[in-house]
Amino acid sequence: MIGPRPYLRPAATSWWMHSPYLAYTLRELTGVAVAGYAIVLLAGLISLASGKSVYDAWLDFLRSPWSLALHLLFLIGMIAHVWTWFQIMPKTMPRLAFRGRIVPQNRIAVAGLAVATAAFVIIVLAAEWVQP
Amino acid sequence: MSSDPAQGAALREIVIEVLRYRSETDAHPVTQAYRVPFTDDMSVLQGLQYIKDHLDGTLSFRWSCRMAICGSCGMMIGTEPKLACMTFLRDYYPGPLAIEALAHFPIERDLVVSVSGFIKKIESIYPYLIPKTPRRLDQGEYSQTPLQLARFETFSDCINCMLCYAACPQFGENPDFIGPGAMVLLQRYNGDSRDGAQARRMELVHADNGAWSCTAVGYCSEVCPKQVDPANAVNQNKTKSAVDFFLHLGQARRGGGAP
Repeated sequence: MIGPRPYLRPAATSWWMHSPYLAYTLRELTGVAVAGYAIVLLAGLISLASGKSVYDAWLDFLRSPWSLALHLLFLIGMIAHVWTWFQIMPKTMPRLAFRGRIVPQNRIAVAGLAVATAAFVIIVLAAEWVQP
Repeated sequence: MSSDPAQGAALREIVIEVLRYRSETDAHPVTQAYRVPFTDDMSVLQGLQYIKDHLDGTLSFRWSCRMAICGSCGMMIGTEPKLACMTFLRDYYPGPLAIEALAHFPIERDLVVSVSGFIKKIESIYPYLIPKTPRRLDQGEYSQTPLQLARFETFSDCINCMLCYAACPQFGENPDFIGPGAMVLLQRYNGDSRDGAQARRMELVHADNGAWSCTAVGYCSEVCPKQVDPANAVNQNKTKSAVDFFLHLGQARRGGGAP
């Protein structure tokens, strides 16, 4: 006998960099945008507790072009995160029944996205409302 | 398929590059190319049969039903896991078309992979109904509403073709991961209103190589030729596993029930 039997092909370690897995990798990376934005907000909270000068410095940082670019990136990441999150949500649920029938997965995803969009609009309007 | 019979009968030629492995002569797999004439209605499986009948009788591959129900002819076609009988050569013209044994599985010979690991996993999940309340013959059948049937029915459509395993990068990294196919069958029984062995099967879900080895890539459901949706079977069990964990935690706090 020359070759081993059975033959095990070497496992690809870079699978996540290539199609069809790249979409999955990018989807998981959008979580970094969510965490990044949470860190910016947390920094704001800490600077608020540390006094006016620190808080003003944080506000100045927010107005810088670097920060605007970063927030644009966060926004894109966040939208992609919400979108993919609701695509996967029906996969993580036991089958949902309504009036004696199984609810199709795409309907669950659409309902979730509708709620998320409505929440987004309400928060933006409320923020406009309370502005001094 | 073309509706024009003249076009349907037209003969074209495609090069099929098969990854071959014969342990008695090859130290490692090697690619071998064949020129295969084909018509528009010929499947990849028929292309392989043409090679075996006319070009090279030593080529090994599995097949049986030719109509996507036996689950024998799964292989990597191009780079995707597909059933050779429901994939058409015309879609890969002008080629060349690369064909390889199902990814992540050990190769026995050419396109034939070792299925023993998968069979062991199938056996491990108690793949049969264990009645909640056993009935005597004179008590009649176990009845079920259409909704109770709908909760698990599509999971019973699995044909064990293992395409989902070839699609799963986590199975590629860890061959002991119970994987999408076995989890489908597990959910087929755990989701059945007549079955009473959920707790026993949940032990396999909670285990290191159970549902939590899945990272929800979701490609398994895309390649499934029977729309069984293995990703749903695996991931809804993560939710159930988490609920079980917190229920047990609560019981332990109150000093009763399972640890």
